Amino acid sequence: MNDNFEPKIVAIFCYWCTTQAAELAGTSRMTYAPNVKIVKTMCTGRVDPQFILWAFRNGADGVIVSGCHPPSDCHYEDGNFKWFRKYVLLSKTLEQAGIDPKRLRQEWISASEADKLKKVITEFTEEIRALGPLKHPIREGGD
Amino acid sequence: MGKPKVGFYWFASCGGCEESQVDIADKLIDVVNAVDIAIWPVALDFKDSDLEKLEDGELVACFLNGAITNSEHRKIAELFRKKSKYVIAYGACSYMGGIPGLEVSKDKETLIERVYLKGDIVVNPDKVVPVQEFKEDGVRIEIPEIYERPYSLDEVIDVDFYVPGCPPTPNVFLDAVNTLLSGKIPEKGYVFGSRKSLCNECPLNKTKPEKVLVKEFKRPHEVILDPEKCYLAQGVICLGPVTRGGCDSLCIKGGMPCTGCFGPLEGIKDYGAKAISYIASILDSKDLDEIRKTLEKIPDPLGTFYRYSLPRSLFYQKKVGDKK
Amino acid sequence: MENRIGVYICHCGTNIAGKVDVEKVREYASHLKNVVIARTYMFMCSEPGQEMIIKDIKEYGLNRIVVAACTETLHGHTFREAAKKGGLNPYLVQMVSIREFDSWVTENKEEATEKAKSLIRAGVYRVNYHRPVETTTYPVNSNVLIVGAGIAGITAALVLADAGKHVYLVERQGFIGGNMAKFDKTFPTLDCASCILTPKMSAVKNNPNITLYTYSDVEKIDGFVGNFDVTINRRPRYVREDLCIGCLSCIENCVYKEPKFISEFDEGIGKRKPVYVSFPQAIPLVPVIDPETCIQFRTGKCVQTCLKGCPTKAIDFSMKEEKVNVKVGAIIAATGFKVFDASRDSKYGYGKLPNVFTTIQMERMLNSAGPTGGEIRLQDGSVPKEVAIINCVGSRNENFNAYCSRVCCMIGLKHAHMIKDRIGADVTIFYTDIRANGKGYEEFYRKIMLEGVNFVRGEVASIIPSENNRLTIIFEDTLLSRVRKKEVDMVILNVGLEPHDDWEDVRKVLNLTCTKEGWLMEKHPKLAPVTSLSDGRFIAGAAQFPKDIPDTVAQAEAAAAEAMSLVDRGVVESEPNVISIDENKCSGCKMCISVCPFNAITYNEEKNIAEVNIGLCKGCGACNAVCPSGAISQNNYTDDELFAEIMGVLRE
Repeated sequence: MNDNFEPKIVAIFCYWCTTQAAELAGTSRMTYAPNVKIVKTMCTGRVDPQFILWAFRNGADGVIVSGCHPPSDCHYEDGNFKWFRKYVLLSKTLEQAGIDPKRLRQEWISASEADKLKKVITEFTEEIRALGPLKHPIREGGD
Repeated sequence: MGKPKVGFYWFASCGGCEESQVDIADKLIDVVNAVDIAIWPVALDFKDSDLEKLEDGELVACFLNGAITNSEHRKIAELFRKKSKYVIAYGACSYMGGIPGLEVSKDKETLIERVYLKGDIVVNPDKVVPVQEFKEDGVRIEIPEIYERPYSLDEVIDVDFYVPGCPPTPNVFLDAVNTLLSGKIPEKGYVFGSRKSLCNECPLNKTKPEKVLVKEFKRPHEVILDPEKCYLAQGVICLGPVTRGGCDSLCIKGGMPCTGCFGPLEGIKDYGAKAISYIASILDSKDLDEIRKTLEKIPDPLGTFYRYSLPRSLFYQKKVGDKK
Repeated sequence: MENRIGVYICHCGTNIAGKVDVEKVREYASHLKNVVIARTYMFMCSEPGQEMIIKDIKEYGLNRIVVAACTETLHGHTFREAAKKGGLNPYLVQMVSIREFDSWVTENKEEATEKAKSLIRAGVYRVNYHRPVETTTYPVNSNVLIVGAGIAGITAALVLADAGKHVYLVERQGFIGGNMAKFDKTFPTLDCASCILTPKMSAVKNNPNITLYTYSDVEKIDGFVGNFDVTINRRPRYVREDLCIGCLSCIENCVYKEPKFISEFDEGIGKRKPVYVSFPQAIPLVPVIDPETCIQFRTGKCVQTCLKGCPTKAIDFSMKEEKVNVKVGAIIAATGFKVFDASRDSKYGYGKLPNVFTTIQMERMLNSAGPTGGEIRLQDGSVPKEVAIINCVGSRNENFNAYCSRVCCMIGLKHAHMIKDRIGADVTIFYTDIRANGKGYEEFYRKIMLEGVNFVRGEVASIIPSENNRLTIIFEDTLLSRVRKKEVDMVILNVGLEPHDDWEDVRKVLNLTCTKEGWLMEKHPKLAPVTSLSDGRFIAGAAQFPKDIPDTVAQAEAAAAEAMSLVDRGVVESEPNVISIDENKCSGCKMCISVCPFNAITYNEEKNIAEVNIGLCKGCGACNAVCPSGAISQNNYTDDELFAEIMGVLRE
């Protein structure tokens, strides 16, 4: 077991819900593992499966994507559903390609749920720590 | 000064590329008249030494098809690179890995086991498997090293141009040959075919509704397709939107949806991921469980969306490049 | 030509610098590719901080800026403006949050510093791909829509109308005044609620700049900030507002001689007829006919004495729903609250035992225009001698609402005083804490204590019936550390405040974010308490969270000011994050059109490509994610920018 393994996790959050929750978590001084780095898009509907693969390729051991709760919190009607459909297909593809689909986590976190955000980040960091670093040819690529 | 010399070669190949080349039919005569085919293993006898004897750069162009799966392929590929001015990766296998490229998702041991030991129709009670070197009675036999994974051509040698397709359609091959003969050499990394996706030239695109929304995806054998209406709109996975055009929509005209053999357009980092993106997005459902159940029914996403391009995917490619 | 990037790292006092070694981070940033200058400063958002950027742009020929500080939500605009002043397109700036996303959430200093380096590196990589974005401005419609005509809605409407803006005030009840119209007196001054509310309600009715739609709902809001297109559904009262003169003879003449049906306004302790007004001074003074109880609607056969006795023949049983369409530039949501349904906490016996009332029922009882004419009476008509007031019903309770409803302690004190004053009863308040933190509140509390009201600190375990229709309260007296019993005639449950039952539906129509309890959410709890997360929409009053009348009025005036500020600004900037479609790459596959929820993209058959109407594009980027030709690019969120940012947070 690699005791020094610090997971590298990319979080892609939509601006309206989960990014606001993250800002609220900050304002409320909630602490969580520094392993998760946040990249924001306006909507999870913007999230291209290529981003997920790119994250794994560049060193991510885990990826979280979080947006507004279905059915109706999405600022742009149904961007969250569009993402969810991609997530389902992508998840199965990852598994077939030999990447544990647990390394891609899908969440719905609304703007007021800072405590849920902290919980998810903490849980996921530990999950990835237990899974270990991602060992797969995806990591052998250059840029 | 003689006619420009060209060469053809096949690595892990099915022979379809060779057929497509002769499929230019009567135009073949013009081609044969315009060039001197120095190496063409499908049609002419050939030894490695024939290739070694050539001067560096003596071949104006070589068209190499098939994926690189063993050390002999690499050796010949490197020789061709030395002896040719322009190397053209011909067909999906040398461009993106193609069908043999699907092996990249499994390891060598698993593959050898399946092919020689555990395959459904294999009878191999002595468990004979390929070994690289074999010695008996003072005789030593060596076969090329089977690589751990297949490679596209540009992962082993420098490639100038690509002719996409599985196989490339006759018009694309002819376009490549004529372009080279004309002297108007494109920039390095150019992929022949259209600059736009198949939908742009597909005869059924005008029948496609503005909003394509599909309740569930069916496999081509599960439905009788109306040949006059966009297949994607009928619920079959057609990869036309994400696949480079230029093939004259032959599959569509033949009643089959596009399976993506011409590969991605410029600027797309991962063909399969983009395919997943639009296929999933047009699913007409806002019920999380229904979404899961419906998409579960696609039996092999990796194979469906990366059929020809798996080694070139972000999963496996060694170097991501914009082959503009 | 290579980019020239300036990186600015804010200390934010000790908020960032106390955790992150900003000098180390500055040193690191200065060596990143294309970074020409890297600085730190105490407060980047200050004048000198912004001046620094403006000066550097000129001096160092910067063409990209990265500011590592708080969040884009808070100060994105500030630094974009600074860049603009320096001559750069404002969208060539990238803000990186190393406060909310780093220093405030990371315990360990080393880890926080390393994280800051990664985040800033990602910002630098990303900003290389930023392209100038031009926005246009749209004129703002000067009308304002206010949803909810309680004291908050009324206050905001008057402020705006007096400033010359036209206000559409929509109230779903038949009458304005909301919950405050039900009250008798208000704490701590014991002002009569009607006395202070009625003049305001009149002012609303008489103000030519206010169009009042009562008994109406907002059905749909289309459009965008500055240019909202609102559909209002006017439900039929069956009495014509334009003909009614408010004589109320219809009510007098109704075939029901006595009121027979539960009055909603009286919170269940009074009755009304099928044709009714909430109280005789209601505005508008136009009755409503309830089709569920009116005989004409139920059987089709009524002698219609109401119509017969109406001097202007204003009653019209054939009235239908009417849709009204209005155009406004800003929207204020002041939708108010309801009280906790005390029957949910069965230990109090509300709804089962006699003489267990809620505070809001008590308000109706105390109100001289209420069902008892202001007389405090038990259900059998007698006067209670011993009254208990139980605080925190439904509030501060894990099983119901965890929050404190803020106003109940003061309501309890007020009722205690008034009951003692009117009937001299013995009053006991069962409390957990007495929260009397407003102006004059603590003094009021003292006064009530000195009046001889009993205070018991402890939870009530249950209320059971006892002889003679009395009630026995079993409770814990924490100061005596004993469980005790007390017999009383009347119990008043001090119920907490909650959002209305249909808050989820309402928030969807108004496009507002809510907390998980259903309170309207503000953009920032301290710095933007009346602005919602959706542009052009503001919030005010108890709908945001329980508050007393002074705070409600203050917030309503603030929301009116914000709306006025928007409207008077006169213009709004168009959505910057719109998409563009490269004609040379677009293959006409229609995948983008299939996913656009706003119908902003159309197919050009002649050219066989897709085209976008950026006026309709809201900048979600779904089409960019889907475009299989790579022809679509979302401003500020292009593939290149996001790939660079993702790589940057992970590695060099």
